[in-house]
Amino acid sequence: MSSEPGSHEDMSEDNLPSERAHDAHHGAVAVAGDAFADPGLPAHLPRRQDLDEQAAKHSERVVAGLFVLSMLATIGFIASYVTLKPGKIVYIFPVGHVSALNFALGLTLGLALFCIGAGAVHWARTLMSDVETPAERHPIEASPEVRAQVIADFKQGAAESQFGRRKLIRNTMFGAMAMVPLSGLVLLRDLGPLPGKSLRTTAWRKGMTLINPNTNLPLRPEDITTGSLTFAQPPGLSEDDDDFQDVIAKAALMIVRIEPDEIKDKRELDWGHQGIVAFSKICTHVGCPISLYEQQTHHVLCPCHQSTFDLADGGRVIFGPAGHALPQLRISVNGSGYLEALGDFAEPVGPSFWERG
Amino acid sequence: MSTTEHATDDVTARRGKAPAGEKIADWADGRLGIYGLAKANMRKIFPDHWSFMLGEICLYSFVIIILTGVYLTLFFHPSMQEVTYSGPYVPLQGIRMSEAFNSTMNISFEVRGGLLIRQIHHWAALVFLAGMFVHMMRVFFTGAFRKPREVNWLFGFLLFVLGMFTGFTGYSLPDDLLSGTGVRFMEGAILSVPIVGTYLSFFLFGGQFPGNDFVSRFYSIHILLLPGIMAGLLVAHLILVFYHKHTQFAGPGKNEKNVVGMPLLPVYMAKAGGFFFLVFGVIAIIAAIASINPIWEFGPYRPDQVSTGAQPDWYMGFSEGLIRAMPGWEINFWGHTLQLGVFIPLGLLFPAVLTVIAIWPFLESWVSGDKREHHILDRPRNAPVRTGFGVGWITWYMVCLIGGGNDILATHFHLSINDVTWFVRIAFFVAPVLAFIVTKRVCLGLQRRDRDKVLHGRETGVIKRLPHGEFIEIHEPLDQGKVFTLTAHEQPAPAEIGPEVDENGVERKVDPLTKLRAKLAEGMYGEGSHIPKPTPEEHAEITSGHGHH
Repeated sequence: MSSEPGSHEDMSEDNLPSERAHDAHHGAVAVAGDAFADPGLPAHLPRRQDLDEQAAKHSERVVAGLFVLSMLATIGFIASYVTLKPGKIVYIFPVGHVSALNFALGLTLGLALFCIGAGAVHWARTLMSDVETPAERHPIEASPEVRAQVIADFKQGAAESQFGRRKLIRNTMFGAMAMVPLSGLVLLRDLGPLPGKSLRTTAWRKGMTLINPNTNLPLRPEDITTGSLTFAQPPGLSEDDDDFQDVIAKAALMIVRIEPDEIKDKRELDWGHQGIVAFSKICTHVGCPISLYEQQTHHVLCPCHQSTFDLADGGRVIFGPAGHALPQLRISVNGSGYLEALGDFAEPVGPSFWERG
Repeated sequence: MSTTEHATDDVTARRGKAPAGEKIADWADGRLGIYGLAKANMRKIFPDHWSFMLGEICLYSFVIIILTGVYLTLFFHPSMQEVTYSGPYVPLQGIRMSEAFNSTMNISFEVRGGLLIRQIHHWAALVFLAGMFVHMMRVFFTGAFRKPREVNWLFGFLLFVLGMFTGFTGYSLPDDLLSGTGVRFMEGAILSVPIVGTYLSFFLFGGQFPGNDFVSRFYSIHILLLPGIMAGLLVAHLILVFYHKHTQFAGPGKNEKNVVGMPLLPVYMAKAGGFFFLVFGVIAIIAAIASINPIWEFGPYRPDQVSTGAQPDWYMGFSEGLIRAMPGWEINFWGHTLQLGVFIPLGLLFPAVLTVIAIWPFLESWVSGDKREHHILDRPRNAPVRTGFGVGWITWYMVCLIGGGNDILATHFHLSINDVTWFVRIAFFVAPVLAFIVTKRVCLGLQRRDRDKVLHGRETGVIKRLPHGEFIEIHEPLDQGKVFTLTAHEQPAPAEIGPEVDENGVERKVDPLTKLRAKLAEGMYGEGSHIPKPTPEEHAEITSGHGHH
């Protein structure tokens, strides 16, 4: 194949499309055995660039132009990096308000990269030879001779090792190899403490007041209004504590006020205070915090997987993938008129686990 | 001795005259044997088809992820140490957060170009997973997974699965409210594992959720363990692609014993090399204009807070759908709890959905009993059962994906979330079957069309009125190449068990597995599974008889 992007004179007229031999007259097809015959690779169709040096020159300029554009974009990238402040926000139609620096850097980098790619592909498509050639394939499988040789070699090697004959060596080696990973397994033990009873308890204790997390003050019954969802946490809990996240992950509480005669579950009514009831905020499905409350129906919905619980009926699951009701915290009012817990939850909060029972 | 020296001198003398580039190559060849490698590969022929570049997108996005990921490690602090934010983003000033979140804020707002690299990293991850999904489907629907490429199919499948978990551990690192919700979900899922779940969770999180360890642990998994395995698999995947030589579609001059295309040097060096820059460029432009994972809008993670519409990255969406659609089954017995509502979707269905597509190549080769190598790709229509199965699987996957976005669907289209969930529950069982049936019919219809084209020619759209008033459309016969291409596929007969009773009336023992295999083979290759392709005799009869219409 000539690699010259040929001029007119170099091109053989045979290659021109109009000169290609047409399939003979209508309907005649070649047959090979009981199938239609393979006519073989079709003749190569030259591109404009193969025939016309002007067109080839044009392609060359396009490719070079793209590479130059890439260089300019890189200069633009460096200029943006140096001149633009990270905090600057600009309005770009139709994207909206964006960081000027991010926009400029991304666009120039993208352009610099894209132009290299576009140039290379255009070069390949218009100027490099596009003649398709066949290459032979060989079966992946080895020839029977090679196979026999390998099997024989292996057998000889195995026999020389006496692996099969000396069973004592073989068995003790297997034993040693099987046992040595145990050390690795044992080393994983200190990845964490054993669960023990830690999932069964929360921070709530008898006599603890219910603290409003926003004001850090104890809640009174009159703070809990009908139709709203109020959150609470145990007293003495600070965001600065090392174990704050672990504690709040179990102790988070939500409180609602329901007309006592609307509460269908007798125990729920008893565990609340004049229709004020406190439930665990942690979904019993996989532990998302529940946050959507429907005032009319007293349903709460977990926004993660849509488990729906009826807070007027003992926190029962009425829809979705949760497996059991929301645990309720027994509350009352203390001598100073604040809401207080009468103990910890009676059952583990959050997602189920094997030892939950 | 002297002859050897002489010979060496001779070689040096000969090579001494070479230009500088060749001298360097000579030096390397003497130590690395590069000429042997280059001889086999430099002008290696690759066939051309748009679908063959899907895998390239995956390769390049992987490289982009590694490059940008290394940059991010220079600034990211994988620590859950609590700090108070004092950076330039005003709404979060004074808020308690982990060092992981704080350093991600620093990358996004103070490191110049940090946000861009973060967004390229994340966008490239989405493209990587989407690319692998589409590439896998290309391989599936064209039968490119057949012998000798089954092992490479598994390598690719493992890359897809590992990619999902690498993505998950990656987007969990900033310790923001959205990803923390995902980590909590994962913890709940681990807790649901029977017997050992609680222990697994405590060992992974270093105690109770969330603890102070998971970010640093996910970090080493995300930047070292999983990408290390993936890099190895990827290299093996590419070596096998080179070793097997690429598959090609049927066509004139193409057969099982050759590969037709253009050489690696220069055409694919330029095209594939250029394509890397195209992919990188496009992802960089996306990262310039489209925000991804704006953690400053979510805020740092707190286990008692959540935002609505929480969604994982798209490739985890199907597991989300499985868990949302599952009814809340929970069994209590002898002081233990089995949370089937979580364990079935995540412990059983999640791997099952993925495994079903992974084992198909082995199922197909067992049923067909075909032990030959295949390098000519199938057109999907010519393997209607396989294609139907593939479309059924995609439908299954998409139903789960819809389930994962049931809240988004409900709010955007004003539907009841309960209805959407019920739709997903039913469609999970029904939709794949329907998709299979419809796809198989469509494939057979397309086979009929191919048959008509071969026998009667192409419809030209030219209407001719005959002298007696009849209108006919002129059909133009296909050229030999087209006829060959449309009839190049095989239509194997199903393997049969043979009569169960021999001529003497003695019953032959046929084990149930063989019977099952024969049944499956009948379904896959029997009469209902294909339209017999036209034979030269049929063609001759039609064209010779009464002209052609």
